Amino acid sequence: MDNFPYLFAAYTVIIIILLVYVFSLHQRQARLRQELENLKTSLKDKNK
Amino acid sequence: MNSKVINLSLIVLCGILFIVALYLVFMWVPTEANQGIVQRVFYFHVPSAWVAFLAFFLVFLGGLVYLKKRDPRWDIMAYSAAEIGVVFTTITLISGVIWAKPIWFVWWTWDARLTSTLVLWLMYVGYLLVRAYAPASQGPAFGAVLGIIGFVDVPIVFLSIRWWRVQHPTPVIGGGSDAGLPGSMLLTLMVSLAAFTVLFALLLRLRYSLRQMEGEIEELKLGGGI
Repeated sequence: MDNFPYLFAAYTVIIIILLVYVFSLHQRQARLRQELENLKTSLKDKNK
Repeated sequence: MNSKVINLSLIVLCGILFIVALYLVFMWVPTEANQGIVQRVFYFHVPSAWVAFLAFFLVFLGGLVYLKKRDPRWDIMAYSAAEIGVVFTTITLISGVIWAKPIWFVWWTWDARLTSTLVLWLMYVGYLLVRAYAPASQGPAFGAVLGIIGFVDVPIVFLSIRWWRVQHPTPVIGGGSDAGLPGSMLLTLMVSLAAFTVLFALLLRLRYSLRQMEGEIEELKLGGGI
């Protein structure tokens, strides 16, 4: 069990990197959806 | 089939496979006699490398088809795969470094496998930087060329432990008569490989849809004069 801290560190880093990436995808998706909505609304207003 | 249903199915399948993989890695598979408990890093380190190779193959394929057909969907796939490939190469490098310290007593050594993997990571980080800063009209073509050239390093990384004497462990699958894994370790590795492959498919679908949305926004901005 001497090497347990290394095993723990490795899996913690793997899980953190994956979670950060998935979270960043989610954030980008929310921002792009909002931007798309705003653009569509402003284009509708412009064409009125 | 509806895209949301496919994504949901992939999420459920991915979750089940990861739960099973974690159970096998931490509760079921026996501890390797020479390396001890830290050898269990192998079960997520190898699948990360596999996913990175798969991602960079898609960048290569997407680049080739884009240059031939100029169909933006192939470029979107290549770009999405490149980003995911960089994430999984980062995981491969960091998990390898952490494993190396108790086994080799150093964090890093400039052997052929490690160095060629670092070069691979740098090349695809370069790919993403080029895509971020190149003009929109030229980015896909520049990216395609870089993706094709960068892929040359993938077989070098894969074969480096066969071609040269390296500190990195020799191949356990297809590595000759004295290579091989016991059944329990092989099963654990296969389940982890399946979990990572499904995760890759899911992430690729998500990143692809984001890239499409980015393109749609650009088109609306150009078309609407915004």
